[in-house]
Amino acid sequence: MSGDHSTYNPTTGFGKWMDSRLPLMRLTHDSFVSYPVPRNLNYAYTFGAILSMMLVVQLLTGIVLAMHYAASTGIAFNSVEHIMRDVNFGWLLRYMHANGASFFFVAVYLHIARGMYYGSYKAPREVLWILGVVILLLMMATAFMGYVLPWGQMSFWGATVITGFFTAFPGIGETIQQFLLGGFAVDNATLNRFYSLHYLLPFMIAGVVVLHVWALHVTGQTNPTGIEIKSKTDTVQFTPYATIKDGLATSVFLLVFCWFVFYMPNFLGHADNYIQANSLKTPAHIVPEWYFLPFYAILRAITFSIGPIDSKLGGVLAMFGSIAVLFLLPWLDTSKVRSAVYRPWYKLFFWLFVANAIFLGWLGAKPAEGTYTTLAQISTLFYFAFFLVILPVLGLIETPRRLPNSITEAVLAKRSGSGGSKPAAAAASPETRG
Amino acid sequence: MTANDASGEPTRRDFLYIATGMAGVVGAATAVWPFIDQMAPDASTLAASSIEVNVASLEPGMSLTVKWRGKPVFIRNRTDKEIEEAKAVALDDLKDPLARNANLQAGAEATDIDRSAGEGNENWLVMIGVCTHLGCIPLGQAGDFGGWFCPCHGSHYDTAGRIRKGPAPENMAVPLFSFTSDTVIKIG
Ligand code: HEM
Ligand code: FES
Repeated sequence: MSGDHSTYNPTTGFGKWMDSRLPLMRLTHDSFVSYPVPRNLNYAYTFGAILSMMLVVQLLTGIVLAMHYAASTGIAFNSVEHIMRDVNFGWLLRYMHANGASFFFVAVYLHIARGMYYGSYKAPREVLWILGVVILLLMMATAFMGYVLPWGQMSFWGATVITGFFTAFPGIGETIQQFLLGGFAVDNATLNRFYSLHYLLPFMIAGVVVLHVWALHVTGQTNPTGIEIKSKTDTVQFTPYATIKDGLATSVFLLVFCWFVFYMPNFLGHADNYIQANSLKTPAHIVPEWYFLPFYAILRAITFSIGPIDSKLGGVLAMFGSIAVLFLLPWLDTSKVRSAVYRPWYKLFFWLFVANAIFLGWLGAKPAEGTYTTLAQISTLFYFAFFLVILPVLGLIETPRRLPNSITEAVLAKRSGSGGSKPAAAAASPETRG
Repeated sequence: MTANDASGEPTRRDFLYIATGMAGVVGAATAVWPFIDQMAPDASTLAASSIEVNVASLEPGMSLTVKWRGKPVFIRNRTDKEIEEAKAVALDDLKDPLARNANLQAGAEATDIDRSAGEGNENWLVMIGVCTHLGCIPLGQAGDFGGWFCPCHGSHYDTAGRIRKGPAPENMAVPLFSFTSDTVIKIG
């Protein structure tokens, strides 16, 4: 798509002068104005724009919080309270930042689900997908380290438990952990380095987002039919069509965000984090932020040893594996058909996968004992079976529904109220090529 | 990198190319090291790595928690009953058969005497109060074995701090320590 020749036409003298020196306006115009997008994109495709906005929200609120925050174990907790009570609008900025992290994850999980439903990861978009998973990992690291900064009980013990993962690796585990902590336990050195990295990583995310969008503009977007763009009638211009749609979705998203920020700002947090960190007292119940719960459930589901791998290492490997498997997704799905719309069995399993992921999240917040553990083990098994067994096999045995010949055909068939079951009518409609 | 003049002989440029490349690689690797090594525990953290504790006031059945290297260390003057219970356990019943005692050789078995401060001081148990699962602090005199119980993911330790039930893989670690007098313990 990026190969199409540019339609940018500088009109002012300055515009022309600039265009022959640094064609920044041309790049912007070609990428966000005249750029052709499939005409049938639905609201599931607006989360990319929402994510970009949330990144900016986190960067802006984070940079101003950093003007008032102090990363030292003696004063970190109080400096956050100082932000809440003394700094003008400090409460708002902090609540935006804390809830912003949650909403960032809401958007990224929906964005990923969209990609899985419509098969966005399939050739030729593997690199685009992998860059997305890299962004997810960076987001997780950023959010984890950010949560340590207020230096509450959950900050401290969350950091202890998560850096404790690394001690599961035999031989070098302890050394790795000490390297991460800068000491023998979570302490001032840990807080300082986490602050430094928490400041850095979002900018690295921004860099990977640029690559992600670049890759997107090389291959073009998918669309609900999963059929590639074939002719000009399959597309509309990015502006105004996609711009307005993204704008509306973003506004609705922000409304919900504001509802949380203003009316229930601590709903997603944990009360124990308003107690200052105490290295000699573990809270009765350590729970990570909600967006880590499914992975936490997988970690705790492994209570048995497998050969030389003890339960602790097994849990850590399963947890890392649950994200690593996403990298392989483009090659695990063997079906030639992209969109779940035309894959009846995949559609069923996709929704089971979603339900299972939510169930895992629920289990992650429960104590790890009795039936909860058994249920978590079954859920974990399904999580991995979905990627490693169901997807590869389904592509070989499933009979997909008949695909429309083009996006235009699919859209017109739908418009004539037949939901695609009357291909004859669509075929008769104007399919003006080129 | 091969010769690029007609004769096929390596040229002076080939030599410079390889030599510069090698120097560059070694130089870059050397320059990276300080950036990595600064992450390790620093001198002040290491310097604070030994403490002395007066335990004169601990009657049997009493414990003390001190902070060493940022972690809690449990010092317990065990009751006779606790010692008997720990002694009665067969080594085969232990999840982790090793003593995990820094004062002994790595292969030492997790007998009660090798978990404690040793001959004559068997009532003293000194160990790092950190659950060997993911690092929470277990609660004392709790759990199914009357020793310690970790509330995080449910690990039970016995009266010698040995893991008996739950996800933790190892017995709680006994740090390097010694009695500098009858009533003072030096840890580290
Ligand atoms: C990807 C983007 C980001 C995410 C997901 C994120 C996440 C978080 C989270 C979860 C917290 C803990 C909030 C709380 O409970 O109080 C936090 C705190 C903090 N973050 Fe960020 N953050 C991001 C970007 C940034 C940036 C760019 C900065 C700027 C330097 C920053 C500076 C801070 C500061 C100073 C705090 C401590 C104050 C507080 O706890 O409210 N963050 N962050
Ligand atoms: S940290 Fe103690 S049981 Fe997990």
